[in-house]
Amino acid sequence: MADRSTTTLDKVNASLARRYAKERRFRRMGLVAIATGLLFVLLLFTSIISNGYSAFWQTHVKLDITFNAEQLGIGDARDFEALSSADYAALVRASLKEIFPEVRERKERRKLYKMISTGAPLLLREMLINDPSLVGSHHAIWLPADDDIDMLVKGQIDRTLPESARRLNDQVVGWVDRLTENGVVAQLFNTTFFTAGDSREPELAGIGGAITGSFYALLVTLLLAFPIGVATAIYLEEFAPKNRWTDLIEININNLAAVPSIVFGLLGLALFINIAGLPRSAPLVGGLVLTLMTLPTIIIASRAALKSVPPSIREAAIGIGASKMQTVFHHVLPQALPGMLTGTIIGMAQALGETAPLLMIGMVAFVVDIPGGPLDPSTALPVQIFLWADSPERAFVERTSAAIMVLLAFLISMNLLAVLLRKKFERRW
Amino acid sequence: MINKRTVLAAALVVAATSVTAASRDYVSIVGSSTVYPFATVVAETFGKTTKYKTPKIESTGSGGGLKLFCAGVGIEHPDITNASRRIKESEVALCAKNGVKEIIEVKVGYDGIAIANSKAAPLFKLSRKDLYLALAKQVPGPQGKLIDNPYKSWKDVNPTLPNIKIEVLGPPPTSGTRDAFSELVLGAGAQAFADLKALRKAKGEGAVKPLMRKLGIPMSVYNKKGKKVFKAVAYSMREDGAYIEAGENDNLIIQKLEANPNALGVFGFSFLEQNADKVQGSIVDGVAPTFESIADGSYPVSRPLYFYVKKAHVGKVPGIKGYLAEFTSNKAWGEEGYLTDKGLIPMPKQERLQFASDVKNLKPLSL
Repeated sequence: MADRSTTTLDKVNASLARRYAKERRFRRMGLVAIATGLLFVLLLFTSIISNGYSAFWQTHVKLDITFNAEQLGIGDARDFEALSSADYAALVRASLKEIFPEVRERKERRKLYKMISTGAPLLLREMLINDPSLVGSHHAIWLPADDDIDMLVKGQIDRTLPESARRLNDQVVGWVDRLTENGVVAQLFNTTFFTAGDSREPELAGIGGAITGSFYALLVTLLLAFPIGVATAIYLEEFAPKNRWTDLIEININNLAAVPSIVFGLLGLALFINIAGLPRSAPLVGGLVLTLMTLPTIIIASRAALKSVPPSIREAAIGIGASKMQTVFHHVLPQALPGMLTGTIIGMAQALGETAPLLMIGMVAFVVDIPGGPLDPSTALPVQIFLWADSPERAFVERTSAAIMVLLAFLISMNLLAVLLRKKFERRW
Repeated sequence: MINKRTVLAAALVVAATSVTAASRDYVSIVGSSTVYPFATVVAETFGKTTKYKTPKIESTGSGGGLKLFCAGVGIEHPDITNASRRIKESEVALCAKNGVKEIIEVKVGYDGIAIANSKAAPLFKLSRKDLYLALAKQVPGPQGKLIDNPYKSWKDVNPTLPNIKIEVLGPPPTSGTRDAFSELVLGAGAQAFADLKALRKAKGEGAVKPLMRKLGIPMSVYNKKGKKVFKAVAYSMREDGAYIEAGENDNLIIQKLEANPNALGVFGFSFLEQNADKVQGSIVDGVAPTFESIADGSYPVSRPLYFYVKKAHVGKVPGIKGYLAEFTSNKAWGEEGYLTDKGLIPMPKQERLQFASDVKNLKPLSL
């Protein structure tokens, strides 16, 4: 007996070092795994931020603009019709001509005029339509520069390269330098980026339209998915009988949560566009498709929240004479709601970042006008990123990264909201 | 009760608005991703300078666009589709079957396809035969029979080329650029071999089958139409890693070329123009890809771009005529128009005038 027990103890002692080493190894591997994950996240963030932060500023040139009625070609007319069709580009040209009187040749002049964005005349037009009394007055106005000039000022075009390898020749670079010396070139905050719709000119392109589109789509999703999802969860969890049918439904819901999102896009195309005849590219259809996609997530989260409410609460309510309905809606649901909201927010965040199903229903489109309602054609934020990533103009590279930053900011704040809600309202029993 | 009523009312409002969507006040355009950068500029200018709404443009690819376009007449179907190739007879038939009887064809201009590498590497001087030998799945071997492509480096293909591993990044088969590359480069390169050239020309079973035997092509490839055998043989791309499908994103190809000076990339001319500081276009058959050489047709790898308009929609959907006028105006597609800034190669003046007048008179297409 004594012999055997010592041998067991010896065996244990002998293997102890190995077992400790094993545990240390496992811990170390865990740490390495986490560190690698964090490293990649960090890499992703640094690459996106370092690429994209400069897009929040846009190079502007301050030009002396005289609202000359003669150059505008409006004569004495000051009505909306005349002002809206006047030649505002002529004002910009006149101002540039004044700064560079030596540029005379037609081809060179074209290059000179191209330094200012084609959006500048539209800006002047808006100013004058808002205040027709400006005609005849003289103002120094910051106008957006062309995207190539913007890239040069931001250092994205390498001046040291030979002239032929650059998009801007030495002459244009010289002009920009002269303007910079005069102190009329500056990088101003890029409000256009947040307010405008899409454009093929990077300096005029913005995510305003895409955010509006995403907003309408998510609104539709929230209005449909939350009530339907919660109602389904309550019914299945509290009221439904346990039989083969409810089992089947449960399995199906769990399976639907794992279906690739593009499948929902195909379903949406067949159901909402081809059969129901809803318009293509509309946020309403986008919202409906995203509803289908998020429903399983919300149902599963809501059922988990309902399950976590202890049965003692239900028993107490029934014990003092509450009906089943009263038990659920007065006692169980309020306790489960924070969990349900968290699930919904996470589902919505998922829906916000989704591109694939929108591809099928025509939301991957060039839309300039900002959608005024859920039936107007529009894009969504991730789709806008996808479209810009495929554009040839150099200036879209930084705008793509900037749009990703905005999308990430939305996602992080939504997830943060979910965490905060859970922290604040969660009750442990 | 009140709650239920408001929900019902809201549902009714949604239903009612979906009914009012039965009229559309903007032009709906679908189609090729190659034409997309040009069509979008025109649409934007049109929207900003007229009282009409800006047309909506989806990038669906040429084939996908024509399928949507030919699905029928009515506001739920697109008005215009862009294509980086000409409409096929089968597609015209499909259109006609669905009631799209009259189609207006507009040729936009030309697009060059560049074969480029990093500026850090030496400039390639290639012929289409070199590219065919480097990239085709099967090439003529020493006995004249087709064998699996044995070439590993550019020097194997042509002794004057550098001793660098063959590595070409390009678009996937779903892309119109890939179709054009297969036809204009591989197809043309294959014809440098007499037997393959004869195969392309051969018509009828009697002419095709002996050539197939001579080239060692299995008889299962044969299917009545002689031309298809040539296509099946010459247009197939290698699948052993020498040709890398880099997705439809041309910016990505340029980034990869920058990182890997040994690789060549295949993409549209507008991307070459925008990134002239990073990549250089290889010389093909002695001609460099430049604006001028593509415009005068001396650069061999270029193709025409088109769009197609549904005549039945003109006048029904506001803005189609205006959009057409904007696209065919000299300030857009002319030699110094704003489309050339975006990389479009304009047609000769005579051709432009012809198309502009055809468009004005809404002359329908007849194949």
